[in-house]
Amino acid sequence: MNNVAKIDRRDFIRWGGIAGGGLVVGVYGGYDAVGQMLAANGSDTASLNAFVQIDTDGIVSIWVAKVDMGQGVRTSLPMIVADELDVDWDDVRVVQADAHPDKYGRMMTVGSSSVRRGAWMGLRQAGASAREMLVAAAAARWSVAAGECRTEMGSVIHSGSGRRLSYADLAEEAAAMPVPEHPTLKDPSEFRYIGTPMKQLDTPAKVRGEAVFGIDARPEGLLFATVFHCPTFGGSVASFDATESLAVSGVRDVFEISSGIAVVADNTWAAFEGADKLDVTWNKGDFAMSSADIFEHFAEVAEGEGAEARSEGDIAAGMAAVETKVEAVYQAPYLAHATMEPMNCTVHVQPDRVEVWVPTQGPQGVQSTAARLTGIAVEKVTVHPMFLGGGLGRRGANDFVTDAVETAMKVDAPVQVLWTREEDMRHDLYRPAAYAKFEGGVDADGNIAAYRLRAVAQPLSATGSSDGGFGGGRGGRGGRGGGGPRPDRNAVEGLVTMPYEVSNLLIDYGRPGPQVRTPTGYWRSVGPSHNCWITESIIDELAHAAGRDPLEFRLSMLGNAPRIRHVLEVAAQKANWSTPLPEGRARGIGLVIDKGGYVAQIAEVSVELGALRVHKVTCAADYGFVINPLTVDAQTVGCIVNGLAAALYGEITLADGGVVESNFHNYELLRIDEMPEVDIHLIDSDEEPGGAGEPALPPIAPAVTNAIFALTGKRIRRLPIKNHPL
Amino acid sequence: MAAFTLNVNGRDHVVDVPPEMPLLWALRDVLGLTGTKYGCGMQQCGACTVHIDGEVRTSCRTSVGSIGTGKITTIEGLSPDGLHAVQAAWIAEDVPQCGYCQSGQIMAAAGLLAKIPNPTDDDIDRGMARNICRCGTYDRIRKAIHRAAGSIEP
Repeated sequence: MNNVAKIDRRDFIRWGGIAGGGLVVGVYGGYDAVGQMLAANGSDTASLNAFVQIDTDGIVSIWVAKVDMGQGVRTSLPMIVADELDVDWDDVRVVQADAHPDKYGRMMTVGSSSVRRGAWMGLRQAGASAREMLVAAAAARWSVAAGECRTEMGSVIHSGSGRRLSYADLAEEAAAMPVPEHPTLKDPSEFRYIGTPMKQLDTPAKVRGEAVFGIDARPEGLLFATVFHCPTFGGSVASFDATESLAVSGVRDVFEISSGIAVVADNTWAAFEGADKLDVTWNKGDFAMSSADIFEHFAEVAEGEGAEARSEGDIAAGMAAVETKVEAVYQAPYLAHATMEPMNCTVHVQPDRVEVWVPTQGPQGVQSTAARLTGIAVEKVTVHPMFLGGGLGRRGANDFVTDAVETAMKVDAPVQVLWTREEDMRHDLYRPAAYAKFEGGVDADGNIAAYRLRAVAQPLSATGSSDGGFGGGRGGRGGRGGGGPRPDRNAVEGLVTMPYEVSNLLIDYGRPGPQVRTPTGYWRSVGPSHNCWITESIIDELAHAAGRDPLEFRLSMLGNAPRIRHVLEVAAQKANWSTPLPEGRARGIGLVIDKGGYVAQIAEVSVELGALRVHKVTCAADYGFVINPLTVDAQTVGCIVNGLAAALYGEITLADGGVVESNFHNYELLRIDEMPEVDIHLIDSDEEPGGAGEPALPPIAPAVTNAIFALTGKRIRRLPIKNHPL
Repeated sequence: MAAFTLNVNGRDHVVDVPPEMPLLWALRDVLGLTGTKYGCGMQQCGACTVHIDGEVRTSCRTSVGSIGTGKITTIEGLSPDGLHAVQAAWIAEDVPQCGYCQSGQIMAAAGLLAKIPNPTDDDIDRGMARNICRCGTYDRIRKAIHRAAGSIEP
């Protein structure tokens, strides 16, 4: 079934505010399961979710309903449409789609999902349908069969006579043509843009300082604000004295909102100064745990009942066959996202309408949040997704949006709420801390006899919001433990998905109690961000227990997993695994299957005078068919940098129910002088496109800690690495 | 409040702000030059990097009252056409991902090249380590600086 429809021009103008004529087609479900929306909506043209407009001046506008946080979808998604449409890339203009509850399908940009799971087929069909309608229009004008016509870079050509008409000429007539039932897609060998390295359309604006991020929104009459939150989770304002704040030059107003105290001023600095001078008495609530308390609790939970997550064979029989035992406890800390652009949102609340400018991963959640808080209908809430100064999973939540809407409701002007770096660091939705206890070992032949793992980690508090996002508001915060016997999916992802064949295995999940209330959320690659480290470290321990080479040991258990086996072989070959390194250096392996990507990495490290240096990372990745190798390469390197920063330094520490770290001096990130040489090998694949924004993150931590073991004999079982003398 | 004349990108602007206001916020919120970014407010990340009299400075901790007649250059004024050798190299290497830190990175790189026209990798490490990129564009930044160095006339 075709999932493409043209749009009634009047409707299109009404929805999109687009002037001008020409051909406009939209695709149903282009970012979700193909055809699903059509089935749900019949022929209702109101449910179109990607648009192509060919104007009478030849400009091809392509609406992108996903947001760009650096992953390059504002280039890669239009590439797909433009290729099937057969137009000159120079004529393509990208339009960022405003939020709409259902026009575009799911706009939430998460899970490395903008291209995979069939999304890219919808975009191909949108382009191909428009192309066939243009061909039909030309054929009608010439009174020839459509089959006698072909297209070439924005023109239709009659093969027999050589006559030629531009798409611009044909756009109006094409709009009257029926939408093809089964548009013919290009054979991949005909792709002009798809699969070739294409530079990002937004780069010139970004290097000139012209790209408008959320923090750069400057509607007329803008005021600037910040919010000071309770330093402890779950606390609230008891009372406050704003006298000194109001004395700061430029501060206009100070008032309480549901999450804390808002300070509104003529400029950001005055707002920050005003917040600094607030005298607040907090009801700190009853959450006062420290990181040590939390890990102590996790250790207790690890000894209790667990919910089975994966089971193979007979674990008791396996344990009985263990010849060389391995027992280990692994612990990973909470992590902040620390996007370079701190949380911010700009809102103008008027009596009958709301306008929002926001760097968000979930435009629809912002829209419904603003509607709910103001009581103004969703269709009167305009949300402009801006460039995101990083997303990393943080910007799907709406806590900072709630702050801004509540503030704007008390201000008779547009207002930008910007959190200080300190508030951003201390009021994040953190990557959950994790605890895992392993028991098992290898048999007399050096094979894994038993693999018994108990995982303990908080579920994500930022799930299942009615706002179509996650963490809809403050009410959605707080990582609630307790609950039923089922394993938490995110807590075990990356443990149960490990690809090795093991005869006797039991992985189960111990759910922390409800007293652990650190707010938790999605952090780039989610569960595998730490669980891959746990899994790959344990596999490494077992290899050493068996006296086997860590590469050979892994390959021997990947007989039925050809794609990950192949990337591991490629990485090992490119890293010269079988060639010994000079004295003082060692290599380690990490691999993962995650979000449709298959990635193996080999890190090469040294330790001199106690200082660890990661010299080189060799990475092989199979993401299936790649749309834009240039951005996929960048995503792969970026994942390695994120993962390496977390492994080396990343640690959010709780004390008395709040976060200790506050800024980049005590939450360190990787800098250019620590950047390893990165050697990336993308596997040429005709498989369906997989996710490429996250899978290269998880393997780097175990690749490094396994290399540290190979070099020093020290097994890092608690991250980050900085806490261990080497 | 006091009136200060700031020379930004070759033009004088009068701003009426407290002398202790960091230049960053005068640029962004008073003059509307939003290319310079806020990242940390404590000279830890370099997102706010500008040039004052050709020197690389972090505008988040440079007070308006301390600048005097210093000539301020922001990303918007780095070149008349937006194609300074560093910017052109950044485009050629497709450096930015999210792009938020890139104004600061480019200003730092331009400052580095003004002092060391053909920097080694070690020079780049020293000159650029104050600037954080969360997306991890460091390898392309390094390539782009080498490319720009090759294109700048000695």
